[in-house]
Amino acid sequence: MTSKRFVLTFHPDATGQPITYNLIKKFDIMVNIIKADVSPGEIGHLVMEMTAPAKVLKEGMEYIRQQKVECEPIDKKITCRQDLCIHCGACSAVCFAGALTMKRDSAELLFEPEKCVVCELCLKACPLKLFSIDLG
Amino acid sequence: MSKKRSIDEINEKIRSGKAVVLTAEQVSAMGKEMTSAELFDKVDVVTTATFGPMCSSGAFINFGHTSPPMRMERITLNNVPAYGGIAAVDAYLGATETAMPHDQYGGAHVIEELIAGKDVILQATAKGTDCYTRTEVKTFINRNTINEFIMFNPRNAYQNYNVAVNSTSKIKYTYMGILLPSFGNANFSTSGELSPLLNDPELRTIGIGTRILFGGAVGYVAWHGTQFNTGKPVNEHGVPVGNSATLALIGDAKQMSNRFIKAAYFEKYGVSMFVGVGIPIPVLDDDLAKRVSVCNRQIETNIIDYGSGNFELLGRIDYESLFSGKISFNGKKIRTAPLSSVKVAREIADILKKEISEGRFYLTEPVALFPRTTGLNSLEIRI
Repeated sequence: MTSKRFVLTFHPDATGQPITYNLIKKFDIMVNIIKADVSPGEIGHLVMEMTAPAKVLKEGMEYIRQQKVECEPIDKKITCRQDLCIHCGACSAVCFAGALTMKRDSAELLFEPEKCVVCELCLKACPLKLFSIDLG
Repeated sequence: MSKKRSIDEINEKIRSGKAVVLTAEQVSAMGKEMTSAELFDKVDVVTTATFGPMCSSGAFINFGHTSPPMRMERITLNNVPAYGGIAAVDAYLGATETAMPHDQYGGAHVIEELIAGKDVILQATAKGTDCYTRTEVKTFINRNTINEFIMFNPRNAYQNYNVAVNSTSKIKYTYMGILLPSFGNANFSTSGELSPLLNDPELRTIGIGTRILFGGAVGYVAWHGTQFNTGKPVNEHGVPVGNSATLALIGDAKQMSNRFIKAAYFEKYGVSMFVGVGIPIPVLDDDLAKRVSVCNRQIETNIIDYGSGNFELLGRIDYESLFSGKISFNGKKIRTAPLSSVKVAREIADILKKEISEGRFYLTEPVALFPRTTGLNSLEIRI
């Protein structure tokens, strides 16, 4: 069995197919939804972990893409030079996954890599260019 | 009759080590349980601060003369053009000027490197005159080789600023950061209740000549800032809603610290500079005691659509809500994010508090107060 995390990106004209239902029912993939932000008429994101034999996972990915939904495995890693961070918060503005947030009391940036879906928007958002991508 | 104290009296207390100095955040917390008269009795000086991106910044530099001398005309520093239309080896380097085609590097980066003591490449050309015969120069300069290095920022420390959202279906790259489509986020830039001009909203104590902490060193308020507008509507707590007053600031960049001057690049917008400013507010009377106790819940600003291109006003929101991380807008929860560092602003307010408390920083009476204005001219296209 293989477990892998994926980011699914739904465009406004994406299919109305019940994708996760079909992944479970037709492919027998174990699906664990980590984050979902999908609304009608808007670009949406779904982050989930899928567990199945490698061959089945590949078939599941193909099925998702056939529905015109982007499906990217998360095997890259974002790193941040936090020692140089000025805690402005610009990166937290774009982090829909909630990996970059501002601590309320200390006004410091909190980076929780385990929540990161490697959308790479923080690389663009940081005015000091402190984020980089680790290709593993 | 309400009590009063003068700046001279406060300075006498600072001299004798008896002045009570608190940060604006400390006073905001006290203000929730005390009357302004009680606050007046307890506090002499309140320190305010901000550390945010302030594009309208730059520095005058005098390079010193070569032999034979030169009247520099076209000037670059690390390939970033500096304004040379001021004789002969003076230049003004704007923070947002960029080195084409590498537009992620600009004047702010050069200023940061000079403050750090690094070498920077100066290149200049001139037509040459009978009295200035040299026509070109290329050399390294650094903080120690140049004469004056004067930071002069025409528009800093905005009194309040907009919240930026994006109503369109496309991502927008702005000076208010990246705005996600369909109201995906709301970005704001302020230190809120710690912000200098929100603690003295009528500018009773901040004027020309006010001594401040600027980039970590002693600096001064030179003038009212550009786009200075005291004609904005004021809310029930006496705070202008939306961007209003500004300050023009001046200081010796050679004394500044890279902790409080940071170059920045905003994606697909350009270069800017984070500037640290700390301003002491003397608590002269009950009215000022009330003003400095203002809290984030009482400070409001405008929600503006930066996506549509016409900066439509969509609503009004308070800073307590904005700092909470989420606001409700048109029935939708929107994530909020700051662009101005409250953490570093707190550090500046604490340093200023310590400097005053330990008798190294004295308060100044403004040489002149700022004008009241009724609005700004817009640029009419007349050709």
